[in-house]
Amino acid sequence: MVEFALPKNSKITGGKTWPKPAGATETREFRVYRWNPDDGKNPSVDTYYVDVNDCGPMVLDGLIWIKNHIDPSLTFRRSCREGVCGSCAMNIDGQNTLACTRSMHDVKDGAVKINPLPHQPVVKDLVPDLTNFYAQYASVEPWLKTTSPTPQKEWRQSHEDREKLDGLYECILCACCSTSCPSYWWNSDRYLGPAALLQANRWVSDSRDEATGERLDNLEDPFRLYRCHTIMNCAKACPKGLNPAEAIAELKLKMVERQI
Amino acid sequence: MSATDTPRRSMRTPLGRVRNLGAAHSGTSDFWRQRITGVAMTLLMIPVIVVVMMLLGSNQAGAKLILGSLPIAVIMLLFIIASAWHMKIGMQVIIEDYVHNEKLKLVSIMLNNFFSIAVALASTYAILKLASGV
Repeated sequence: MVEFALPKNSKITGGKTWPKPAGATETREFRVYRWNPDDGKNPSVDTYYVDVNDCGPMVLDGLIWIKNHIDPSLTFRRSCREGVCGSCAMNIDGQNTLACTRSMHDVKDGAVKINPLPHQPVVKDLVPDLTNFYAQYASVEPWLKTTSPTPQKEWRQSHEDREKLDGLYECILCACCSTSCPSYWWNSDRYLGPAALLQANRWVSDSRDEATGERLDNLEDPFRLYRCHTIMNCAKACPKGLNPAEAIAELKLKMVERQI
Repeated sequence: MSATDTPRRSMRTPLGRVRNLGAAHSGTSDFWRQRITGVAMTLLMIPVIVVVMMLLGSNQAGAKLILGSLPIAVIMLLFIIASAWHMKIGMQVIIEDYVHNEKLKLVSIMLNNFFSIAVALASTYAILKLASGV
């Protein structure tokens, strides 16, 4: 059966409460998941107090402030800090989202609770191991596949056909959707997950691509595609406002369309 | 889950693990049949409720009389076929979702098939028997 409970060595034990910053007039409590692969201890949740008058408004600003002023060992990924790169995806206040676009003021009711993306192996603290996620993306072969001779200029596409890629091409592969999907939690070894399937549909929907049937062949599988039960957590979680469930439904429709 | 918990001791590449045995090239038929049987049951639900209410309180002779009508017998048979099929596909999806032990999964799917066919045949036999007035 699937494992509903956390393994013994992943159960969260107490954590350290760091002192409030001296001289701060207004602070915000941050409770952050900590796990270090080198100390052999179980994960814990540390409590920090961020001086909100000394840092930016986003959750990522708070984390950077903690790293700079309180605890340099706090580990997390970040890069663009404006919702483009997808590096700082994490679970904030129970929802997968980007730390750089989630304001700490939008988190109501006390502390800002931060955990790594759920159901992924943890490398350290808030850094998940996304190796399988990236391999699933690679498995949909996300590039233009053609057999016709390459045109001298570019592969042409009408405005109408280009519009079909709207809502698909914007995906930044942050993994918020896939790691919020219960089906992906139980079967991520065989189910490709919302992000990879949205990307698959992006290439299946591309009028310039000449491998549509081959792409659908590679997806037609009870696990790769049909583990999606339209739970819709993916659409709720997506920080870019995309709808992977709809993209998956379009793939299923194309599967049926070519059979009947 | 910490990185050390993962059962990734195989030296296979991540892409090799994802590709694994390749696509089964199936699943669409079950997906489509689940929708067909779902729509069929939605359409048949009200007539079936009406028939069940007609049958309430009636004895065997009364039931034979009601089910002896061709449209009523056909409605009941269609509902049984649609619901048993839908049940079989739905249960298989749940087994595939949650049962990860390969042997247990195969046995569960087999038993699910046997159970669904048995329920469908028994119900069909009962309707036909009553409808034929035997």
